[in-house]
Amino acid sequence: MNLLGVKRLTKSFGGLTAVNNVSFDVEPESIVGLIGPNGAGKTTVFNLITNIYRPDQGEIVFNGSSIVGKATHKIVAAGIARTFQTIRLFQNLSVLENVLAGRHCRLHSGVTGSMLRFPWQKREEAAALQHSIEALEMVGLGHCLDAPAKSLSYGNQRLLEVARALATEPKLLILDEPAGGMNEQETLDLIELIRKVRRRGIAILLIEHDMNLVMRVCEAIVVLEYGSKIAEGPPEAIKKDPRVIEAYLGSEEDY
Amino acid sequence: MEVFFQQVTNGLAVGGIYALIALGYTMVYGVLRLINFAHGDLFTMGGYLGLTLLTSFALTGRLGPLLGIIVLAIMVMGLVAIAGAALERAAYRPLRESPRLSAVVSALGASIFLQNAIMLIYGAKMMVYPQDILPKVAINLFGLYIPLVRIIILSASVIMMAGLYAFIQKTKVGAAIRAAAIDQGAARLMGINVDQVIMIVFLVGPGLGGVAGLMVGLLYGQVNFTMGWVYGLKAFTAAILGGIGNIPGAMVGGILLGLIEALGAAYISIAWKDAIAFLVLILILIIRPTGLLGERVAEKV
Amino acid sequence: MTTGKRIAFCIAALLVMAAPPLFLNAYWVDVLNSVGLYAILGLSLNLIVGSAGLFNLGHAAFYAIGAYTAAILNTTFHIPILWLLPLCAVTAGLFALVVARPIIHLRGDYLCIVTIGVGEIVRIALINNVFGLTGGANGIFGISRPTLFGHAIRKPDEFYWLIWSFAAITIFLFHRLENSRFGRALNYIRDDEVAAEGCGVNTAHYKLAAFIVGAAWAGMAGDIYAAKMTIIAPESFSFWESVLMFTLIILGGSGSIPGVLLGAFLIIGLPEVFREFANARMLIFGAAMVVMMIFRTQGILPARPRRYATPPDPSCKAEAEA
Repeated sequence: MNLLGVKRLTKSFGGLTAVNNVSFDVEPESIVGLIGPNGAGKTTVFNLITNIYRPDQGEIVFNGSSIVGKATHKIVAAGIARTFQTIRLFQNLSVLENVLAGRHCRLHSGVTGSMLRFPWQKREEAAALQHSIEALEMVGLGHCLDAPAKSLSYGNQRLLEVARALATEPKLLILDEPAGGMNEQETLDLIELIRKVRRRGIAILLIEHDMNLVMRVCEAIVVLEYGSKIAEGPPEAIKKDPRVIEAYLGSEEDY
Repeated sequence: MEVFFQQVTNGLAVGGIYALIALGYTMVYGVLRLINFAHGDLFTMGGYLGLTLLTSFALTGRLGPLLGIIVLAIMVMGLVAIAGAALERAAYRPLRESPRLSAVVSALGASIFLQNAIMLIYGAKMMVYPQDILPKVAINLFGLYIPLVRIIILSASVIMMAGLYAFIQKTKVGAAIRAAAIDQGAARLMGINVDQVIMIVFLVGPGLGGVAGLMVGLLYGQVNFTMGWVYGLKAFTAAILGGIGNIPGAMVGGILLGLIEALGAAYISIAWKDAIAFLVLILILIIRPTGLLGERVAEKV
Repeated sequence: MTTGKRIAFCIAALLVMAAPPLFLNAYWVDVLNSVGLYAILGLSLNLIVGSAGLFNLGHAAFYAIGAYTAAILNTTFHIPILWLLPLCAVTAGLFALVVARPIIHLRGDYLCIVTIGVGEIVRIALINNVFGLTGGANGIFGISRPTLFGHAIRKPDEFYWLIWSFAAITIFLFHRLENSRFGRALNYIRDDEVAAEGCGVNTAHYKLAAFIVGAAWAGMAGDIYAAKMTIIAPESFSFWESVLMFTLIILGGSGSIPGVLLGAFLIIGLPEVFREFANARMLIFGAAMVVMMIFRTQGILPARPRRYATPPDPSCKAEAEA
């Protein structure tokens, strides 16, 4: 069974159809790339999956149940965590607290528990710290807990977003241009990280402009152009697909 | 029926005043996305300056009532406009790049400052306008006797709004203001001096608001130092009602709110008059935050 | 700070706060009582404004609901006023739930305006003797003095103990609240609401919860106020009360408990010290708010980063400076 099934997803803003009848699946423990020229509607697809926008039409089934119209925080609790294209960390809070934000949905203490500090609440808090530190160590930021998030380098901020997403214990991790702003070495480390995350049984769906990264880590690739899916398949097939070459690879020399 | 039409004309006059103040809110919001909390106090300043100028120069005595009031209005407009621009320079410009809510706090602080400055200068008691400025006559209009002052206020506010509309729609500066309201960054790239546009907005809005303060003094014969925030809040309601950032919206919203309030006071309860306006504000924000004529919708995530 | 140091600090603070009634006259003790009351109000509003970043300029409404609940039930049913504390918290909290629920999604400055409107509607309702319960513009008088363990509280000294004990409990509980999952969630919302929701924080729920807890605490402060004054009237719950509470937070340090306490001393206490300038105090505070936003947005005593029981990491400083 698929982990994530997107069927005939459509979303318009005013007269512009940003996503048009897009369908694709993500298998459990797979790595899927979503690529396409700027403005193809990739980030909109992510925003639809996490219900930051509500789709006009279409189905999104996660782990056997529909998540269309579910509140974003419930989707996170159901097991989909994401990072943002424009980094959205809590800049003034510490690195550790940023990751604790991801841990939030797995904890239970409320107002009275926090005021009275019951023993179980202390245990929960200690476990949350432990778990968050592990997530930071996994992305390689375990040495840096108390620094404010804004003091990190651009690449490390992206890693911190990944750690924050991992702390939610997702089944599916959605990465929006994770290598954006990273240098060559950082990108290589990121590829390692993505593989390491998958080895933990987490499926990954990513948007990325770095074709080298996409071709190296993804098992399946979905190509969008002007909001529509124009191709889908393993990297080898996508590389040779004439429509993709024309619409995307051929049009921009950088790639 | 008599009561109804009297309330309608009264509502139109008050609505004209709301509309004039609302224009200041909506223009500033349009360009800076900032609620200028101090705008209401600039309006109060207009009411007090009008009184000072009126009594110290005896304008209406020398120039006759109509010309005297026109000259007075122009002087008030000029002085409050300068105060508005000074406020922008001191309290808002340094915060142009700061988070929005810092500017909101600064606006609140400026409002508290201005209101208390007026109190310290003029005293905490309300002040009374001279009674003999305008002849106390009522005009017979289709069998209805309408006080002259209401007619003057309504026509003056309509003339000023028409003037502003023409200024915004027909002049080059007006086009720059419209451009800056849509996208400041793009306007700057197109060679528009956005700082200058903001300065003009802070001259025009408070200028109109100041005249509205004078009008309140003429209509009710008194001003007090706290009136700015009640009128300000109502004018802001009017701006929201019409769709904030939308200039014709502010005019329509102001007139509409004046009518709702006047009729509500007459037919529901005068004691709840102020609450009616606030209820309208809350309902509009819950049901249709874009206002009646508003267009701007969600912000990009 | 280690646990030992922290306990020593708390004991020292308690001793310092216990001293004033011993050598101050009744007038100054009463000033400190006002400071204490506004400290409680400031802390309750701080949860909403400082921690969650929700601009609320109608907090006096919740204060009023608490005070009127206490006054009405005390004068009609003769329930001892301190017994009414929990009930005042419940009525103010419920009122917050009802009014905040439909407006909680509004963006910062709009929310601010709406809370002003709510505050005014409550005040107008009180003046108009709504349901025949609130006594109109004259308010309610004849509220009985509180008794504690059979001892009637009358003198400023006695109120000092009552008010500042309640303030101490508030500080203790709110400090814990701040350093918890709940407190962190409010901070996430303040910093970036979209990201908070995207990380799995139920933002609507937490914003509402901040309003309800803050309002409930203001309701209890209202109960104490009614007990202290024995007479309450709508004018005590005007827009300016809300502005005062808001200003003391912004100047003292938004989101910071020591900041709010300092703010209460500055805004309520300082004008009493400089009585000849008392009329100018709001003028000065208004100007200070503008200056503060331009030069020191976070207030005089900003919130300090939370401490966690983690191993120290010297390598991090290097990264921060690099």
